[in-house]
Amino acid sequence: MSAIAVNARVVAALGMRSIRQTFRRPQLIAPIIVFPTLLLAIQTGGAGGAVELPGFPPVQSFLQFMLAGAMMQSLMLAGNSGGIALAVDIEMGFTDRLFTAPIPRFAIVLGRLAGTAALGLFASCWFLAIGLIFGAHIEGGVAGALLAMALVTTAALAVGGIGAAIALRTGSASVVQGLFPLVLVVLFLSTAFFPQELMIEPAKTIAEYNPLSFVVEGVREPIIAGINAGDTAAAVATIAGIFALGLVLSGRALRHRLRSG
Amino acid sequence: MPAIAVEGLERAFDEVLAVQGVDLTVEEGEIYGFLGPNGAGKTTTVRMLTTLLLPTGGSATVAGHDVVREARAVRASIGVALQEAALDPLMTGRELIRLQATLQGLPSTEGKRRADSLLERVDLAKAADRRVGGYSGGMKRRLDLAAALVHEPSVLFLDEPTTGLDPVSRKTIWEEVRELNDAGTTVFLTTQYLEEADQLADNVAIIDSGRIVAEGTPDSLKTEFGNPHIQLQIAAGSIADAERACAEIGRLLPPKDGKLIEIEAENGAADIPRVVRALDEAGIAVESLELVRPTLDDVFVAKTGYHLEDESEAADEEAVEA
Repeated sequence: MSAIAVNARVVAALGMRSIRQTFRRPQLIAPIIVFPTLLLAIQTGGAGGAVELPGFPPVQSFLQFMLAGAMMQSLMLAGNSGGIALAVDIEMGFTDRLFTAPIPRFAIVLGRLAGTAALGLFASCWFLAIGLIFGAHIEGGVAGALLAMALVTTAALAVGGIGAAIALRTGSASVVQGLFPLVLVVLFLSTAFFPQELMIEPAKTIAEYNPLSFVVEGVREPIIAGINAGDTAAAVATIAGIFALGLVLSGRALRHRLRSG
Repeated sequence: MPAIAVEGLERAFDEVLAVQGVDLTVEEGEIYGFLGPNGAGKTTTVRMLTTLLLPTGGSATVAGHDVVREARAVRASIGVALQEAALDPLMTGRELIRLQATLQGLPSTEGKRRADSLLERVDLAKAADRRVGGYSGGMKRRLDLAAALVHEPSVLFLDEPTTGLDPVSRKTIWEEVRELNDAGTTVFLTTQYLEEADQLADNVAIIDSGRIVAEGTPDSLKTEFGNPHIQLQIAAGSIADAERACAEIGRLLPPKDGKLIEIEAENGAADIPRVVRALDEAGIAVESLELVRPTLDDVFVAKTGYHLEDESEAADEEAVEA
């Protein structure tokens, strides 16, 4: 077996462990699936009339509009949960077991990210299924649904890189967990839950330049209107940027951890 | 070629030198006991030898590979069971061993075969599909040992494998270590238990404050540094008075547990009547008295000035409280 195939098996095995770990630890799965689902239900049930407001983008239903926001919330918290799980591994010494294996040490980070990406894919399927069950249309059809799933999956991978970097740098699950409210603030200051046109300053300007808004719009367009090349390109570029940043920060944090022991 | 060769190994953490110029050689097929109290530098040394920590000075080779320049080759040759078994409580025993097999690059079918065989060997076959979080301390250590063996390493590092375990679990681990060694595996064993080093190790190094203070076979160390001593407990009176009464008979060792008085007996049993007479003349009643053959603890006292046994008992108490 070639070295690449061996390393791919390692990443897949660590990714599988990461997924199992998430589903076996309620405090990890709850923020990814349960909380966004509850928030989606509360918002669509309580604020459905918002679609009538002047300036609200043309949508079939408020649920259709909110699906992208729920998926964003889920993938952001998947990245955070991935970071928490990695920090727990560091705290209990499990990463030492991985570091003493004859594998490239960055494969340990990639394994964790593969698991986070898989959770992103799961979340996108979950929320698209909820949308379809409760009557939302996917205007972009099957291609649009696949595009939304791909963007959510890769965005989870990218955000997971930031979570992994913080976990590797601090080695503390409580520090990574402490970022939970910050994740929500960043999310609420994007277009995940409100159209930018209806926001007031300074939130409107912040949302305009918040990188997450580009990802949200990339996911939302295939659902509410159909595939839009411009929005898709902006989302892909933003995800690539976050992914690159996460990889660089994770690499540096990993080197620091290995140097300091 | 030695299995492990270390020269002038050092590790500093900011201003603190945790390991200060350690030299040691472990021959192939040997059990090497690395003995010392908490904070002596045992774990830091093991972390450098297992490539988890970069040395700040000196050099080391394991299985013929340099721990800095050929770290991945070192990792392919060694098995590691670290202090405080690093196990994921959410995984099952079988999942953990199979993951370890994948990490070591074993094909899937071979990994499954070895996992089954190792779980059987360490008597965990029935618990293999239970989550590790529900295992006892002894089961966790046996699982950790099995995981370290999945790729049949030539050198096995065991960092305090029995700390906090009950005597039965401790003996089970010892038997497993002996069997592995009989099969040709070199074992580097850190411990704070004198009996463990005495029972298992072909050679022993004693480390204190980051430096090796004695090295040799357990018997040679005891012969070189230890004399028999008379250990006594007084029924009434002060320990200080008893020590004064016996001071001329032999060197007084630091009191053990704060209760037992120990006097070095160069003449062996012939010194016992002198001790009894001295105490009698001082009006001190004796509750118990025995002649004790030299132990590794005597070597430890001779080289450091304090008992290792008190340290290991404290560690056990901490483990029990935890």
